[in-house]
Amino acid sequence: MSDATLGEICVAAVADTFRGDGEIFASGMGTIPMLGARLARATFEPELLVSDGEAFFVANDLPVGGTDKQVEGWIPFRTVFDALWGGRRHVVMGASQIDTFGNQNIANIGDWNKPKSQLLGVRGAPGNTINHTTSYFIGNQTNRVFVEKVDTVSGIGYDRAAKLGDWVKAHHEIRRVVTNLAVYDFNTPDHHMRVASLHPGVSIDDVVAACSFELVIPSDVPATRLPTDEELRVLREVLDPKSFRDRELPAA
Amino acid sequence: MANKRMTEDEAIATLSDGMTIGIGGWGSRRKPMSLVRALLRSNLKDLTIVSYGGADVGLLCAAGKVKRLVYGFVSLDSIALEPHFRAARQNGTIPEVVEYDEGMLQWGLYAAALRLPFLPTRAGLGSDVVKNDPSLRTVKSPYADGEELLAVPALNLDAAFVHLNRADERGNAQFLGPDLYFDDLFLGAAAVGRRFLSAEKIVPTEELLKNGTIHTMKINRSMVDGVIEAPNGAHFTNCQPDYERDEKFQKEYADAAKDPETWKAFVDTYLSGSEADYQKAVAAR
Repeated sequence: MSDATLGEICVAAVADTFRGDGEIFASGMGTIPMLGARLARATFEPELLVSDGEAFFVANDLPVGGTDKQVEGWIPFRTVFDALWGGRRHVVMGASQIDTFGNQNIANIGDWNKPKSQLLGVRGAPGNTINHTTSYFIGNQTNRVFVEKVDTVSGIGYDRAAKLGDWVKAHHEIRRVVTNLAVYDFNTPDHHMRVASLHPGVSIDDVVAACSFELVIPSDVPATRLPTDEELRVLREVLDPKSFRDRELPAA
Repeated sequence: MANKRMTEDEAIATLSDGMTIGIGGWGSRRKPMSLVRALLRSNLKDLTIVSYGGADVGLLCAAGKVKRLVYGFVSLDSIALEPHFRAARQNGTIPEVVEYDEGMLQWGLYAAALRLPFLPTRAGLGSDVVKNDPSLRTVKSPYADGEELLAVPALNLDAAFVHLNRADERGNAQFLGPDLYFDDLFLGAAAVGRRFLSAEKIVPTEELLKNGTIHTMKINRSMVDGVIEAPNGAHFTNCQPDYERDEKFQKEYADAAKDPETWKAFVDTYLSGSEADYQKAVAAR
């Protein structure tokens, strides 16, 4: 029986979103997404490029907060935009709100004209989602985060992408949403969000209670896979010896 | 050869009410803060500010100087949300707000720098950026694909402020950190005569290449009208490799912003005098 923590399960689930991506920029916003990208590259997806979170691609397995970088490339923001618009990137972003088609909001809560809560602004979410594969990590899934309708569409979901012509339809992909409760995808005929796997100890009732729209629930939902012994070793000994993952996502 | 040295206040004296000012840097990184502080000391008002925003935007919002704000985000990086900007948005005190995708902002500056009316992109299409700025238009590709693209309008600036590591007195300048951000585009988008560059240190031209390779010299003197020597001028944002962000001070700033009383005390302590007074107060903590 694995002793993997919730944080470690989520890092592995984020890492899985990069499976098969090959030689592109695996970009993670926040500790767990960043660890997911680095874990994927360190184990099953060695061709990925990962950054130090500043302006360099690093070839070595850099720990969180580590400074001993083996630099293999320069990726200032302008080059990030080039990679992004060129499609050589998969980003895992956060979301303050998300809906059934994967429309995401990080801009504000409430009416955009006079928000109840101003957040970051749309940042790069519109450009990310229209240009390349995007996934999301949400550390606190509740029915106020999984909403019927997001207040400001920052990252675009499948319903909006479908209206934007053939090029966008061919390149837009919201691959997965990883939360503290479960993993979701959009592999349904009309791209509604579906429960892909449940984390250990989480029931269908739990995820339904933490969601304001109707989730697609297959008859047989598997459990989220546990990290392998090798993944746990890499995570604990190399990538995150100070355990930032568990600080970001403490066990319930 | 023209010596373009001036002071922050001399640069600000060339501006007038209602102007559009672009501010370089990114979030809480290498911001031309001594120029922003000079702007705070002025009586200028009704400004349009264009920025990958950090405390520059927050401070100008708190001082009530912003009539129109154009941004892709506003963040202090290590503190995700900018308190004054949040308050201004939540209280509805910024009359006009234009919120772009980060890449759209780059494209608008680049279009202005190239003297084009717009540049096309897909970024922004389908998102609420186009709903919240109804002036945005699309353009149809004239080629066989016929794709409809977003036409990001040129962000023409009346003035630009950037802060770099080194410059000579003619306006050749050098960034020594990991990222130029979009400082060259801010300068390119701004009106000739009001392109202001502050630097940690002004050095003789022949010294520039001793500090770093030719790749660090992306700003040449045809892009700059005024050069201001401003040691610690990006404080409290970072200016790598000269210094890191002053995280302690940034936290003090963010904490002070939570309450009008503490904010008044902060302004009294740090923002009521000259740049020299500011630097003295910072050093005295």
